[in-house]
Amino acid sequence: MSAVDSISPPVTLSPSADELAPPLTFRQMAWRRFRRHRMAMFGSITLILLFIYAFGGGMIYTAERANFTDTSQRLSPPSPEHPFGTDTVGRDVLARTIQGGRVSLMIGLTAAILEIIIGVLIGAAAGFFGGVTDSLLMRFTEAMLIIPALFLLIVMARLVGGNVYFIILILGLTSWMYVARIVRAEFLSLKENEFVLAARSIGTPTREIIFRHILPNSMAPIVVAATLAVATAILAEAYISFLGMGVQPPTATWGNMLDGSYNYIESAPWLWIFPGLLILLTVLSINFVGDGLRDALDPRSRNI
Amino acid sequence: MIDNPALSSINQALADNGDTRPLVRVIDLKKHFPIRQGIVFQKTTGQVRAVDGISFEIDRGETLGLVGESGCGKSTAGRTLLGLYPATTGESYIAGQHVQTAKGEEWMLIRRQAQMIFQDPFASLNPRWTVNAIIGEPLRVHNLIESDTGRVERVKELMALVGLDDRYINRFPHEFSGGQRQRIGIARALASDPLFLVCDEPISALDVSIQAQVVNLLEDLQARLGLTYLFIAHDLSMVRHICDRVAVMYLGVIVEMSPKDELYEEPLHPYTQALLSAVPVPDPKQARKRKRIVLEGDVPSPINPPPGCRFHTRCPIAQPHCATHEPEWREIQPQHWVACHEVEPKFRS
Amino acid sequence: MSALMTPATKHDQPDKRPILLDVKNLEVCFHTPEGTVYAVNNISYQVREGEVLAVVGESGCGKSVSMMALLGLIPKPPGDIAGGQAFFMDRDLLPMSEEELASIRGGEIAMVFQDPMTSLNPVLSVRRQMTESLLRHYDMTGEQAEKRAIELMELVGIPDPERRLGDYPHQFSGGMRQRVMIAMMLACNPSLLIADEPTTALDVTIQAQIIELMVRMREHLGLALIWITHDLGVVAGLAERVIVMYAGMIVEEADVDNLFENPQHPYTLALLGALPRVDRRRDSRLKSIPGAPPNLLIAPRGCPFAPRCEYTFDRCREERPPLFSISAGQHSACWIDLATGKPRER
Repeated sequence: MSAVDSISPPVTLSPSADELAPPLTFRQMAWRRFRRHRMAMFGSITLILLFIYAFGGGMIYTAERANFTDTSQRLSPPSPEHPFGTDTVGRDVLARTIQGGRVSLMIGLTAAILEIIIGVLIGAAAGFFGGVTDSLLMRFTEAMLIIPALFLLIVMARLVGGNVYFIILILGLTSWMYVARIVRAEFLSLKENEFVLAARSIGTPTREIIFRHILPNSMAPIVVAATLAVATAILAEAYISFLGMGVQPPTATWGNMLDGSYNYIESAPWLWIFPGLLILLTVLSINFVGDGLRDALDPRSRNI
Repeated sequence: MIDNPALSSINQALADNGDTRPLVRVIDLKKHFPIRQGIVFQKTTGQVRAVDGISFEIDRGETLGLVGESGCGKSTAGRTLLGLYPATTGESYIAGQHVQTAKGEEWMLIRRQAQMIFQDPFASLNPRWTVNAIIGEPLRVHNLIESDTGRVERVKELMALVGLDDRYINRFPHEFSGGQRQRIGIARALASDPLFLVCDEPISALDVSIQAQVVNLLEDLQARLGLTYLFIAHDLSMVRHICDRVAVMYLGVIVEMSPKDELYEEPLHPYTQALLSAVPVPDPKQARKRKRIVLEGDVPSPINPPPGCRFHTRCPIAQPHCATHEPEWREIQPQHWVACHEVEPKFRS
Repeated sequence: MSALMTPATKHDQPDKRPILLDVKNLEVCFHTPEGTVYAVNNISYQVREGEVLAVVGESGCGKSVSMMALLGLIPKPPGDIAGGQAFFMDRDLLPMSEEELASIRGGEIAMVFQDPMTSLNPVLSVRRQMTESLLRHYDMTGEQAEKRAIELMELVGIPDPERRLGDYPHQFSGGMRQRVMIAMMLACNPSLLIADEPTTALDVTIQAQIIELMVRMREHLGLALIWITHDLGVVAGLAERVIVMYAGMIVEEADVDNLFENPQHPYTLALLGALPRVDRRRDSRLKSIPGAPPNLLIAPRGCPFAPRCEYTFDRCREERPPLFSISAGQHSACWIDLATGKPRER
């Protein structure tokens, strides 16, 4: 213990002090810390609004409206009838950003979930079992990391491209490595803890040790990684769509809307400004929330 | 062992069956840890000989103390004898069951009958689990009680047994003080109705005023439940207080073992003598009168223990042959075992 | 290889040595989000030149905090010296600026901590750390500083000092590191050495070596020693006078012999009763102290030990007892005279 650590005062209330009211749980303390992080709160609110925009708005601006072409109205700037203007074939940009939001966000979330599942399984196995398993899995992970993600995305999209489910699969399969490394690091250190040895001495089976003992204790970095994974996935979808290999029109995504605006950057800026702004807002907000979560969930940080 | 042996039912059954074997037997147990170097292909460049051949027995109801300084291998010995670390060579038996070859059902039986209490009251409890989950885990893992409510009842009983208020059954470890957390660990160890408990420095991390509480608790539990203890510690005063027999370890081997008063009043091995003389005594007049044997130098590394008798590099009475011949582990007097060249001759006649 | 350890024993004559450190009414608290923690609650004591004073208490009693406050080592945002004075050679340490304190630290007052691994910089060689300290306090050349460093390492019993001077802290064992720490601290001839649990993390045989070293150093250099510990055994073998702390307050102060033979405070009595003996046969159960140390977030009303004490009566819970003078040199903060069982008046 450093000289400074040894003088920090005891803070926990011992239940033998006549207090029956439980002191704050981990969650409550974490929530408190999160609340004090202004950017994180801003990010959370923005995200909530974005979700309402995309999913709530989607009930009004349905997919039909988004795909309804009216070439007489093509490329018209924002007006009361079309608040965000229309695109090259006369579809309402506002409606398309809403529907596109639904698709982009859903892709982001689902790909992130897939990443997390794969990353946790591989990272946990590598970290917990160590030895040959660890070496093999880590070499594989590193090999995947070396390949430029964008290149991988493009190649796979070329081979399979277009279908939303395949896109999610590709996104998940190309970015689980970051999560795996984090999870492996957590497992490597946590498995040396005495409560793991205690569980073994009781006879707890390995499966339970991994999922009930160690995993709950490594949630903090996983949650943070998961949050950022959503942002990464949304951006990745935008990239491949921008290159024309993502979800194909008429289905709208923010990414393919950008692609469609390529030739009209100066003449019809509303084609890229709105989807671009939405992507920006979403990714920024997720990053702020991720920052806030990292501070809130790290028990060692003393920013109270 | 308090003079009130209330044997638990299993103990009684074993005794009735004429099973008079000691509850725990350890025969030349060794545990070496390989030192690996290399990035891709790891080569073993040496061994840490943490436990290098120890043998002893513990009778039912007895408390054997295992003492030594840091690096002597006492913690490793406790874990290896329980089977938590695979032994390099040698054997241990718990209630007649061979630990190193136990699998499946036999393994689970050992995991029920033998438990461990850990040193760090914070690290040995999962911080995300409630007290209920922690203490109830053995009940769940071994299917001892099927229903959730049944388990909660039993957890409350165990909490009462160790002196914890059962109103706090759904709290988390960080809400308790060190002494209370240690009690939680003890309750967990008792959940499966064990016969044998390895106490690995159970009080070292606690304040002095709390140590006495926990030690008294351990004694009470032993009397009530007929438990057998291996008490691993470095606090020689506490070991004298609670144990019946004591074994002294140095660099992976036991150098002396005997009933406690004999060991403390007439230590035969020079290391035991030095160790005892270095223990501070809370009595200024005594402290002034004492003759301290202050050993020179540091404890050698368990990677390359000195040849011959491991202690010869620091031994005040070392002779030339101590550097070449490892002394034999001999029962010099009834129940009193020593490994030292210089001690034997005095007793031969 | 046997050594007799004898702290100075001078009991019946009044101590004529000049007072080196005079602490009056020191109060230190910490402002945490959960509330204010009163870590040191109005303590006063003195240390004379060449004296060995032991400060005994369990974790959280304030023994470390009270010493660190003297040297300005408490981080000031959460920490706060709420009151008191600490005169070291007639200068009050508490209001001093960081520069002034920095020149005193490692100079006239030295401090040795429990874990030398964290008080020694792991990336700097021992040579670098020792000569830095010497060069800061003395006007000497680099060569002279190195020579002095080697001398000091020899003094503290490090074998082969010329070679080991270039080593890094992690290349020393625990006991050796502590010796290096002591050597560094002695480099500038301090008149007071504060040792905060220096042997708690060490094995018993190494602890004996370090204690013997400290006693030798003290006799050799004549410095005063404040030894903070929770181990009453170490206290018995080393100290001349003892202060017992509990919940940020001094509960008893006495000569070492009187403390052990004639403890006046129930806490001291209880602590002694809870200790097993290595030199005696077991005769009974250990007397444990019920309950647990108090929560320092709540400023105690009355005596902080009252909830765990077996001698309490009403006044104990209402009013904090002052330090009563029992005899020359022995004080106890307790309303009850343990000899007679009767309450004391102010």
